[in-house]
Amino acid sequence: MLELAIKGGKKYWILIGGLLAVMGIAFVFWLWQLSFGLGITGMSRDVSWGFYIAQFTFLVGVAAGGVMVVLPYYLHDYKAFGRITILGEFLAIAAVIMCLMFIIADLGQPMRALNVIFYPTPGSVLFWDMIVLNVYLLLNIIVGWNVIEAERNNIKYPGWIKALAIFSIIWAPLIHTVTAFLYCGLPGRGFWLTAILAPRFLASAFAAGPALLILLCLIIRRVTKFDPGREQIQSLAKIVTYAIIINVFFFLCEIFVVFYSRIPSHMDHIKYLFFGLHGHGALVPWMWTAMAFMVTSIILLVNPVTRKNEAVLAFACVILFIGTWIDKGMGMISGGFVPNPLHHVVEYAPTIPEIIITLGVWATGFFILTILFKIAITVKEEVSGV
Amino acid sequence: MENSRRSFLKLAGISALGLGTKPVLNAFASSGEKHGPEIFPNQEALTAKRWAMVIDTRKFESEEDLEPIIAACHKIHNVPKLKEKRHKIDWLWTDDFKHVFTYQEHEFVNDRVKHLPFLVLCNHCEKPACVRACPTKATFQRDDGIVLMDFHRCIGCRFCMAACPYGSRSFNFRDPRPFISEEDKNFPTRMKGVVEKCNFCAERLAVGKMPACVEASNGAIVVGDLHDPESEIRELLKNNYTIRRKPSLGAGPAIYYIV
Repeated sequence: MLELAIKGGKKYWILIGGLLAVMGIAFVFWLWQLSFGLGITGMSRDVSWGFYIAQFTFLVGVAAGGVMVVLPYYLHDYKAFGRITILGEFLAIAAVIMCLMFIIADLGQPMRALNVIFYPTPGSVLFWDMIVLNVYLLLNIIVGWNVIEAERNNIKYPGWIKALAIFSIIWAPLIHTVTAFLYCGLPGRGFWLTAILAPRFLASAFAAGPALLILLCLIIRRVTKFDPGREQIQSLAKIVTYAIIINVFFFLCEIFVVFYSRIPSHMDHIKYLFFGLHGHGALVPWMWTAMAFMVTSIILLVNPVTRKNEAVLAFACVILFIGTWIDKGMGMISGGFVPNPLHHVVEYAPTIPEIIITLGVWATGFFILTILFKIAITVKEEVSGV
Repeated sequence: MENSRRSFLKLAGISALGLGTKPVLNAFASSGEKHGPEIFPNQEALTAKRWAMVIDTRKFESEEDLEPIIAACHKIHNVPKLKEKRHKIDWLWTDDFKHVFTYQEHEFVNDRVKHLPFLVLCNHCEKPACVRACPTKATFQRDDGIVLMDFHRCIGCRFCMAACPYGSRSFNFRDPRPFISEEDKNFPTRMKGVVEKCNFCAERLAVGKMPACVEASNGAIVVGDLHDPESEIRELLKNNYTIRRKPSLGAGPAIYYIV
């Protein structure tokens, strides 16, 4: 089926070429990082994880979010989603690959990455994260590929594929839970030390992932002959609505606990993010933007009149995606490191090379996504004979 | 073409056979008497059931009293002096009371404590969060409580740095070697991309020497065995009120401060 990816129009090749160019430039910067060390990034002794790990965290969410289109179909026999489960699975593949690439980009000694397997350490959450992410990737590759191949041959996918799909539904929340456990089990980092972290991660994942899917569906409808369907998009929109409301609710629960108990080691991080601390507040405008975007998206999504208008829905999905990205991709990780364990405020901002490498990984993800979607949609166009 | 494929398959088959028989051969090889060198402990080594340190801060007055101690540590361990603040590497350094003993400071704390610099280093915790977090066992705890780093196994994921509640770990954001003014050949230099920290001078204890900071401190820093009731450190702990950093976290730091 891969041959379907090398038959495309001019616009397809321009997109592929553009993504490859970004990947190429970023690769050169990554080689520089490899030779110089992580010192070319903005990370420091105080903020020892930055942009890479934040993108990783956000994208684990996007990957897990793909399950929101797979679950209703396989568990509740919601037939309408049968048309688009493949999009969720392929999105998950691209997102997990980006996650793994961000982890590699963040390692000080990437050529030693396999030490995690050579010296397995079940006490370390990172060990489990490696396992859950790779298994999830494999599950989605097997299920996605077999489903689309069956569709191409006009046969039903084999029974064991359904079993694997259901297994992947259970696995999806697991990847984001384990990712949250990376942070929330650490003593002395008050911002992350909360049991709501994993649920919050999941809620924002189930909002951001399907929101991206809605946008992709709308794009697909415009540029291809395959229509993912109005009902499908509206159903996804309802899932997004509930998830983003739950996400904001969990955040407010955290705010109450932290500011009513008034324990400084928990308060100071949130103060830093939203109001600035000891005169440092680089993230303040970002965090308020994120909140404004999330709340606006809730207003637009809850109201059926605005939700059913696809132009407004697209706008709501865009700001929701940006809002959750800022919240998780910028605030969540560096917020946990500021102030540092000795209560110094040392701020972090990504450097230009760091941003270019980050863009390169995103471009790689979209490159994979483009190819996978191209295959899936060509098959769907062939089958429906349009 | 056909020919080369056949020969490739042949070669692959033979290789697989070779790989398969190796463990069997190993089993035969090890059935005889013991091979390889036997390792004896150094008779002079200083040992303890549980190492700990007491820092008597009453014996210090200013930064100048502490500088030689830090210099001694950093010199023998080839700790580089990096100009960029982001890339800084510290095994032993100083900070104010309110930063060392976070959230324990109050408005009316006495002037001496308020302005006195305190030494900060790895706490060699009883239950080290860094060891728990490390995905490769590159950082590990010895039976005597000392938490060490294997610089060759570390993948540089910095999970340990996020886990450490004391900010005691540094990362080599770049090649540290050009920033070592005078290399000490008795201790390895590090490469870029690995984490490092105070090692309680494990390499000195092993040959019967006290840690460098202890030697340079004129008796203000004492290390010893917490499990030995006769030890000097136990005597100090018995006769003085001591505090530890962030005791509520339950990590069980082994560095005690007399304030």
